[in-house]
Amino acid sequence: MIGIALIIALGCVGLAMLLNLYRLLKGPNSSDRILALDTMVINAIALIILFGIYETSTTYFEAALLLAMVGFVGTVAYCKFLLRGDIVE
Amino acid sequence: MSLHVIAEAFIAFLILLGGAFALIGSWGLTRLPTLMSRLHGPTKATTLGVGSCLISSMIYFPLKAGSWSAHELLITLFLFITAPVSANMIAKAHLHRRRSGNDGEGGKAIHDPLPPPPPDAHWASFGSEDGPRMP
Repeated sequence: MIGIALIIALGCVGLAMLLNLYRLLKGPNSSDRILALDTMVINAIALIILFGIYETSTTYFEAALLLAMVGFVGTVAYCKFLLRGDIVE
Repeated sequence: MSLHVIAEAFIAFLILLGGAFALIGSWGLTRLPTLMSRLHGPTKATTLGVGSCLISSMIYFPLKAGSWSAHELLITLFLFITAPVSANMIAKAHLHRRRSGNDGEGGKAIHDPLPPPPPDAHWASFGSEDGPRMP
C-alpha cells in the first residue's frame, strides 16, 4: 500500500518540478524565476524525503535539512540583490 | 484489522496528500496570471505538501526501523518558518522592481496589475511620503 502511494507521490512531485522548470525558463521577469527556484528547492526536499521512505533509510534527512537551509538563504540573497544591487553592504 | 495496517493506510494517505498538494502548488505557479497571485501556490500548497510528506515519514520510521528522530520535525518547522519570509522578500523585490520600471532583465517595464492596498494606506514597503522611509 505504501509502495503504490510512494510511486504515485514521486510521480506527482516529479511533474511538479517539471512545471516549476517551465516557469523558471519562461518566467516573464526575475522575481518569477526566484519564486520558481524556491519552489523547486521545496519540491526537491519532498522528493528526497519520499526517496528516503522508499529506501527505508534515515541518511537522507541531513541532505533535506541542508537543502532547506541553503534554499532559503539563496532566495533571500537573490531578493536582496534585486532590491539593492548588492547582498552584503 | 491491526494497528499496523491502520498506520500503513494513514501513512499512504499522507504521502498521497503530500504529492497532490505539491502538484497543485506547482500547477498554480504555472497557471496563475500575475506574480502576486502566483505567490499563493508555492507558499501555501507546496509547503503544506512537504509538511504532509515529513509527517508521514515521522510515523513511518518508528514503525519500520524502530528509531525515532527529530530531523523531520526540524525540517517541517524550518520550512514553515521560512516560507512566509521568502515569499515576503520576493513580493517586496517585485514591488520595487515594478516601481522602478525595470524587471532586471534588459530594463523592460512590468505591467502586472497590483492588488489595491486598503483606502488611506500605502504599500508598507515604499513608506509614506512624510514618515520614515525604508532604508
